[in-house]
Amino acid sequence: MAFVSSGYDPKEPMKDRITDIGPRDYNEFYPPVIAKNKGKWLYHEILEPGVLVHVAESGDEVYTVRVGGARLMSVTHIREICEIADKHCGGHLRFTTRNNIEFMVDSKDKVAALKKDLESRKFAGGSFKFPVGGTGAGITNIVHTQGWIHCHTPATDASGPVKAAMDVLFDDFKTMRMPAHVRVSLACCLNMCGAVHCSDIAILGYHRKPPLLDHEYLDKLCEIPLAIAACPTAAIKPAKVEFGGKTLNSVAVNNERCMYCGNCYTMCPSMPLSDTEGDGIVLMVGGKVSNRISKPEFSKVVVAFIPNEAPRWGKTTDTIKRIVEAYAADAKKYERVGEWAERIGWERFFDKCELEFTHHLIDDFRDPAYYTWRHTTQFKF
Amino acid sequence: MAKHKTPLLDQLESGPWPSFVSDIKQHAEVRAKNTQKVNYQIPVDVCDDILGILELSFKHGRTHWKHGGIVGVFGYGGGVIGRYCDVPEMFPGVAHFHTLRINQPAGKFYKTEYLRQLCDLWDMRGSGVTNMHGSTGDIILLGTQTAQLEEIFFELTHNMNQDLGGSGSNLRTPSDCIGQARCEYACYDTQALCHFLTNQYQDELHRPAFPYKFKFKLDGCPNCCVASIARADMSFIGTWKDDIKVDQAAVKGYVGGEFKSNAGAHSGRNWGPFDIQKEVIGLCPTGCMKYEGGKLSINNRECTRCMHCINVMPRALRIGDERGLSIFVGAKAPILDGAQMGSLLVPFVPVEEPYEEITEVIEAVWDWWMEEGKNRERLGELIKRQGFQKMLEVTNIAPVPQHVQEPRHNPYIFWKEDEVEGGWSGDINEFRKHHQR
Ligand code: SF4
Ligand code: SF4
Ligand code: SF4
Ligand code: SF4
Repeated sequence: MAFVSSGYDPKEPMKDRITDIGPRDYNEFYPPVIAKNKGKWLYHEILEPGVLVHVAESGDEVYTVRVGGARLMSVTHIREICEIADKHCGGHLRFTTRNNIEFMVDSKDKVAALKKDLESRKFAGGSFKFPVGGTGAGITNIVHTQGWIHCHTPATDASGPVKAAMDVLFDDFKTMRMPAHVRVSLACCLNMCGAVHCSDIAILGYHRKPPLLDHEYLDKLCEIPLAIAACPTAAIKPAKVEFGGKTLNSVAVNNERCMYCGNCYTMCPSMPLSDTEGDGIVLMVGGKVSNRISKPEFSKVVVAFIPNEAPRWGKTTDTIKRIVEAYAADAKKYERVGEWAERIGWERFFDKCELEFTHHLIDDFRDPAYYTWRHTTQFKF
Repeated sequence: MAKHKTPLLDQLESGPWPSFVSDIKQHAEVRAKNTQKVNYQIPVDVCDDILGILELSFKHGRTHWKHGGIVGVFGYGGGVIGRYCDVPEMFPGVAHFHTLRINQPAGKFYKTEYLRQLCDLWDMRGSGVTNMHGSTGDIILLGTQTAQLEEIFFELTHNMNQDLGGSGSNLRTPSDCIGQARCEYACYDTQALCHFLTNQYQDELHRPAFPYKFKFKLDGCPNCCVASIARADMSFIGTWKDDIKVDQAAVKGYVGGEFKSNAGAHSGRNWGPFDIQKEVIGLCPTGCMKYEGGKLSINNRECTRCMHCINVMPRALRIGDERGLSIFVGAKAPILDGAQMGSLLVPFVPVEEPYEEITEVIEAVWDWWMEEGKNRERLGELIKRQGFQKMLEVTNIAPVPQHVQEPRHNPYIFWKEDEVEGGWSGDINEFRKHHQR
């Protein structure tokens, strides 16, 4: 494991330094049929789940085979993706916003072999490497954040619950029987770096305990003013504490004001807040980002807390499945989950999904709360 | 033989969905065997330790990562996230486990040649584990040691013509939908504008000078595939001004069942024969469509370009020709004062190089936010605090009814003195001539 220099000289960091060059030019990466017909596509059709055709003014066609994937992937897996793209697609491929992979070919007769190849590949543990699907009125891949694989503030894992949920929803990744597409997202803490707050179904990690205070080390390890400034609710104050016969500079947290965001922990390692019993999952539903028919909507909290049940998060995935089935059975064609809930009324939504309504689900957080209470005599018994 | 026992993670190897556990295991094995004779620059068994530490988190129900000191590459304030584990003795391979964000190409098209080069670099100098892609859009390289950061940056910039993405209080890596590259709904070239903005604002992307993070997202049409309206401080959403183009013969094709509705998106269930009245005319949110005597007509002046009819009948209906984009500002996730959807700032702007009409708006918004924004205040929060009127004032955009869903609910208008005839410094003596004390 001898150190290999790239050519960088630590004594002269500015020597030959190249900066601010940005990303590679997308034009280098287009498959020829895309480069040729860009901006001149006429229409598309989903031929079967996971297989699309786009037809251009020129009469050219591009066939896309979409496959799901864990966004957490090794270079061994990426090399296999490259091997497939070289074999079938002239060395081109693309990724979608929802972590799917798209393999494109320029004629229909190349589709079957590509599809067969993709579906034949399995991991040693038995799961598909490249399941074909994720199109149309079905359930596509779950966009998500880091979780326990890499972040310091998660209240749940990301890749684990996503794998568990997609296993449960797998049939709907492969079919298109839903009234409209269903977008599922996961963020592992309320910072929601993946912004899941406008998803049909959002799985959100949530802490329920304020940070622990490691008074002995707090002043040594942290810049106290930075920790105080990091708190979005101004819950942290400077405090003197007695410890081991000495008076130490530390902080006090007003637990009532804490919203368990972990921003203080980002600034100060002496304020950890993960907790086995405190942490778990919130389910939110009914959001969307598209402007189709109705305007974009935020997701609403419908389950206040489910404990983390590693490795398969059974109660979480069961609840999601129940919501999906109730929606599939009752919604009209084209109706998104939120539009369906609005039409039948949220009181009915809780009935149909067999979810318990508790006081936690009534908004009490600042101004927007008022707008969520009922201001009409129109409601259902 | 696996270095650590992972009985909980092993349960995520079964089931049909691709298992990240199986994948990391296969890569751990590749590293252990090293048939390619890679000169690994970080511990060979790093992937075993990733699985080990994740297993421990599964057991404890708690993360084992802490936020580390500031690490990065010389001259940049973003692109690298420092990360250390809190059980380094148990898992020395991931004791230091920093992340690099690599600015993805617009549209996320790749050539295998490029990806292989990246794989080779990351296998040798890092864990070989990635995210394709992170939620902002970057390629994420997960896990390397401090000494490798400059080496990786050097190789990226010298051998791959590739730069890092953003992190921290700066412009985050912009991202876009596939747009005109393969989507007939795209009203502008999202890739061209995304690439332009990314390059135009490299300084803002690499050197944090903002109150907080700032995101650009670009959607080619109101379907919003990259969720720009919900996720970006500034969203660029394609739209058009003239008429939806109708191919009456193709409309008949849908009515007659020759073409599948919604491009075949609903073919997994028998929804019965296509009913244009119920499925298109009846669902049009503005009621501006008619289907009479076998002819579809649209009162385009009343259409709000929701995309529904076009999504249902893509062969028959096409976006108009007078195309451009709308700019929305201030979207963000709920923390802190609740989630904000983007608010419409510029109803329409044509998208033409050199994009001056767009950069003018961006720069005016940034000037205001950098001047007035508090530490960690997102643009949306500043707009809420100082008012949308202020947003219009600093960008010099005239108010139009399109800016609001409905007019205000209260008459508490903060008039400016120059808007009121005679100003505010009246003469009390003059007043008293007519009004006794
Ligand atoms: S959502 Fe929170 S815990 Fe998850 S990766 Fe983002 S900041 Fe970390
Ligand atoms: S967790 Fe968040 S709200 Fe609670 S004290 Fe820390 S910074 Fe403040
Ligand atoms: S946002 Fe519109 S233009 Fe972009 S990919 Fe989606 S449907 Fe196509
Ligand atoms: S785009 Fe929407 S509003 Fe316009 S005609 Fe079609 S369905 Fe109606």
